[in-house]
Amino acid sequence: MTESTSTRLTAASHESQNDPMVRAEQVRKSFGRLEVLKGVDLTIGRGEVVCMVGPSGSGKSTFLRCINHLERVDGGRLWVDGQVVGYEQRGNKLHELADKEICKRRGQIGMVFQHFNLFPHMTVLENLIEAPRLALKQPKADVTLRALSLLEQVGLADKRSAYPRHLSGGQQQRVAIARALCMQPKLMLFDEPTSALDPELVGDVLAVMRDLASSGMTMAVVTHEMSFAREVADRVVFFDAGQVVEEGPASQVINDPQHERTRAFLRAVR
Amino acid sequence: MTADLRRSSEGLSPSPAPGEDLTVVPKRHPGRWVAAAVVVLIGVALLRSVVGNERFQWDVVNLYLRDVSVAQGLWLTIWLTAVCMVVGVVLGIVLAVMRISANPVIRSGAFGYVSFFRGTPLLVQLLFWYNLAALYPVITLGLPGIHLDANQLITPLTAAILGLGLNEAAYMSEIVRAGIISVDHGQQEAAGALGLTRSQTMRRVILPQAMRVIIPPTGNETIGMLKMTSLVSVLAVPDLLYSAQIIYNRTFQPIPLLIVASIWYLVVTTLLTIGQFYVERHFARGNKVLPPTPLQRLRALLATHTPLAKGDLS
Ligand SMILES: Nc1ncnc2c1ncn2[C@@H]1O[C@H](COP(=O)(O)OP(=O)(O)OP(=O)(O)O)[C@@H](O)[C@H]1O
Ligand SMILES: [Mg+2]
Repeated sequence: MTESTSTRLTAASHESQNDPMVRAEQVRKSFGRLEVLKGVDLTIGRGEVVCMVGPSGSGKSTFLRCINHLERVDGGRLWVDGQVVGYEQRGNKLHELADKEICKRRGQIGMVFQHFNLFPHMTVLENLIEAPRLALKQPKADVTLRALSLLEQVGLADKRSAYPRHLSGGQQQRVAIARALCMQPKLMLFDEPTSALDPELVGDVLAVMRDLASSGMTMAVVTHEMSFAREVADRVVFFDAGQVVEEGPASQVINDPQHERTRAFLRAVR
Repeated sequence: MTADLRRSSEGLSPSPAPGEDLTVVPKRHPGRWVAAAVVVLIGVALLRSVVGNERFQWDVVNLYLRDVSVAQGLWLTIWLTAVCMVVGVVLGIVLAVMRISANPVIRSGAFGYVSFFRGTPLLVQLLFWYNLAALYPVITLGLPGIHLDANQLITPLTAAILGLGLNEAAYMSEIVRAGIISVDHGQQEAAGALGLTRSQTMRRVILPQAMRVIIPPTGNETIGMLKMTSLVSVLAVPDLLYSAQIIYNRTFQPIPLLIVASIWYLVVTTLLTIGQFYVERHFARGNKVLPPTPLQRLRALLATHTPLAKGDLS
């Protein structure tokens, strides 16, 4: 693949806007009577890499899923790229978006799951080109070219015709990252991308994510990989019981946590 | 490979002298041979009693096996099976998607449909459709300008298609629903996160994976449908069975003509079974090890029963 045809791992952000990529104000979410998010305040700047850590059940996944509207926010406000999630502002009124518009906005946000969730009935290449062709209606030739260069970047160019079940977990997760990037998102969400992997496979996935971060992509990463957070994250956010308890530069939150609950959690994961 | 074999058997006793070749003696299965012989014997005895019995009138069977009106009946049976299965599958998918809708009214509508059509006998449904004109002499579909004469519209054939197709849809919807439920929820999630709409997700991600679960019972349904179409003989639709009946009412030879019909039903179900095998294979791709084709299986069988040539253990 020549340099001219290769797609760099870059984010297509709206430079004109000065809004942060994600802004949450007192975001609340309940499932039935269980309140999972109890007023989350958080900002993710453009090009920033934010790692979210916290105990199981603290609402990290739920918050990520609110960002791309896989879950509906019950209270508070959530903006992505200057737009209220799930709504369109016209004048001083918020109009709830039609399903089609919601899908369109979701397509601008990439998401990587703990269990990869590749489409098992499609080859690796088909996994990558499916959404850009259907959701963005892009021509097959263009998408294929982009997909192949992305596969090259995650080190799996030779696996284009393989089915997911013939790949290792680490390879599957790299395909999943490439699949999300093939939509040319402006923001990438990662929900424990390495938690389901054998330890020796974690490194390859983290390397891809490191490349992505250095290319300027805005990333929200839920992870228990403290070394990754320390090295790559601009900021670390500590979640507990549905709230952001502590946040700051990675070195500060990890090495010198201020809050007792953060300290207890970090002792446990180490 | 001979070298490998020698090395691996060195730990065992008595170890052969270096350079000496080993002969492999396959395990014997005497029990299997006895069981197979018993089955073959019973089969031969049955065949002889059937072929040797003149009362089966094999000459008449032979004559009508190629009869034109039987062939026409066979064609109608196949055509009716195909049309009713298409109606059943398409409507079944719609009903299955309705069953998992977020809207409770749509959900209960589909549930009511399935309960009704599964809860009443097919023969009764067929007769109801046939007699629809008695209930609704004029069909308007509730739309202005539509004014259809039910007696003309509901011919025996339309009654047959409605009866068989709508009934089939109820069963197919349960099969499709089981297939949809069998697909991991993460698939829907991933498709949604990629910006696919609900219908795109259903068509491109969920249903193709559900097919693995849907296809085998659908094959059974198709074979069942082929035989169920014989019920339409009560509506005087000239299918395979009814064509045979017309002939034997004239010639008073019911047994050979029923055999003719049975032979044709058997031929078509056999062909359908073969087709089902290959369709299942197609939809299993990417998911599991493909089952071998009969040709591959035959080759494997011959391979295991051929004594291994010396040094051919690879
Ligand atoms: N769809 C749902 N319906 C009901 N409860 C849910 C749903 N999704 C999540 N929950 C509950 O919300 C709480 C927070 O879940 P969430 O997945 O956000 O936590 P998490 O911080 O990601 O934890 P983990 O580290 O285990 O992934 C949990 O108690 C969970 O059981
Ligand atoms: Mg989680």
